[in-house]
Amino acid sequence: MNNILTIYKKELRSYFSSPVAYIVLAVFLIITGWFFTSNLFLGGVVTMRNVFDIIPFIFLFFIPAITMRSFAEEKKTGTIELLLTKPITDLDIVIGKFLAAHTLTAVALLFTWIYVISLTFIGKLDFGAVAGAYLGLLLMAGIYVSIGIFASSLTHNQVVAFIISFLIVFALFMLNKVLMFLPSGLASIFEYLSIDYHFGNIARGVLDTRNLIYYFSGILIFILLTKTSLESRRWS
Amino acid sequence: MSIRVENLTKYYGQQAAVKDISFEINTGQIVGFLGPNGAGKSTTMKMITTYLAQTKGKVFVDGLDTEEKAIEVRRKIGYLPEQNPLYLDMNVIDYLRFAAELESVPKAEIDKAIERVVDLCGLNEVRHKDIGELSKGFRQRVGLAQAMIHNPEVLILDEPTSGLDPNQIIEIRKLIKKLGKEKTLVLSTHIMQEVEATCDRVLIINNGEIVADGSPDSLQDKFRGQVEINITIKKESIDKDLVERAFTSIQNVERARVTKVDDNTVTFHVSAKKGSDVREEIFRKIVSMNLVLLGMSKEEKSLEDIFRQLTKN
Repeated sequence: MNNILTIYKKELRSYFSSPVAYIVLAVFLIITGWFFTSNLFLGGVVTMRNVFDIIPFIFLFFIPAITMRSFAEEKKTGTIELLLTKPITDLDIVIGKFLAAHTLTAVALLFTWIYVISLTFIGKLDFGAVAGAYLGLLLMAGIYVSIGIFASSLTHNQVVAFIISFLIVFALFMLNKVLMFLPSGLASIFEYLSIDYHFGNIARGVLDTRNLIYYFSGILIFILLTKTSLESRRWS
Repeated sequence: MSIRVENLTKYYGQQAAVKDISFEINTGQIVGFLGPNGAGKSTTMKMITTYLAQTKGKVFVDGLDTEEKAIEVRRKIGYLPEQNPLYLDMNVIDYLRFAAELESVPKAEIDKAIERVVDLCGLNEVRHKDIGELSKGFRQRVGLAQAMIHNPEVLILDEPTSGLDPNQIIEIRKLIKKLGKEKTLVLSTHIMQEVEATCDRVLIINNGEIVADGSPDSLQDKFRGQVEINITIKKESIDKDLVERAFTSIQNVERARVTKVDDNTVTFHVSAKKGSDVREEIFRKIVSMNLVLLGMSKEEKSLEDIFRQLTKN
């Protein structure tokens, strides 16, 4: 546990001591802010709907950008050898890095509370739906982050890491957009694998264990894949 | 604290990087792995430090199997990889604190541990600087400090002086000497002088195999071949053939020939049997021929020559 915390603190500090975190946060807020205000002033409706609809799209780029350096950079500079010869397990390192990157996405989501708070001054908001959407976004971010970290562990090139993780999250995101072209048996599998389908359920305020299992098992699988990818160095 | 390596073998795909090597290192020894680039020095170190897994064979650190007790083994070892692993955006103290936390140095003792290595490695003047701003010499010292933060009994340093200037090299060697008094220390290098200056024992590695093992002196004795002598004689009516013949007639001399002729001098090269000393006889011959001897020197076979001889493919 202490080891995870050590890695976590170091990762968070490296995010916030470089411009990366501030740039992605700023871009994130500019895009969501635009969707928020345009909906509020042009549409005149008190809702977070537009913001919640656009965030999964932003995450497709935003999260691979956050996670691309996590292992790729360490592999490139050789610091991975420092971590992997210290008395901590590979899993500690992966979890520490996962939690740090996930915290950064949570911070980004926290900033969007400005929109929620300002809406409460001008109208009535469905807090159940808002809370559900935030939970859904956090879980979605969790899967994206674990995929991003996995992709980063495969290479020492950050750009390659970004592209791999983007391709995987994009594929998972698009799965339920192609359902109409598939036979019904295959369609239901694709639907279950699609991130967007589960997010839709939770964002409506329906908390089903099937959705939760989907997210948690997804995160777990990619964390374990990352661990395996780190271990593979030993056998190459 | 001993390191025992038994029949260690490592294949990268089809290619063998380390072939069935065995050796044992005891406490308080400074051991140098000497070998050309790509000989398998780093690979061997990476297996001892559990970074890589071996294809075959066993490594024991203080009796612990590195495959079964990897975490415990790592606790006992301080390791400076060849590519010095530094976070350039961290300052020196933060980096050492991170290393200390990874080594699970107890919280109350971290500050003391940091002060100890800062002192030992002479990092006081740069302690609050970012590592990215430091010169190569200081970076190497930060790497060493990192490896020693938990006061390990075994230190493994992969090319600790590579890329440093001569003054920095001497400083690091002094530090290594100092550390070697209380710790088991393994370092790798492809620089012969380094081994001669710091190590109690040398393992010469070539193509993944140990080709020589012993103290620098004993290796020199063992591999000392023919005695080679250079003689410079003043030129003046000298008959080179006659002199050559005179030299060859001396007992133990195997060969004598002219190697250089300039305006005023002639230089001869004489090879004699292993272990013999023919200098006195040569001197007498020269005097008896009424020639003027200007210089005579015996060539010692250096560790460098032994290294070249053993690792030439």
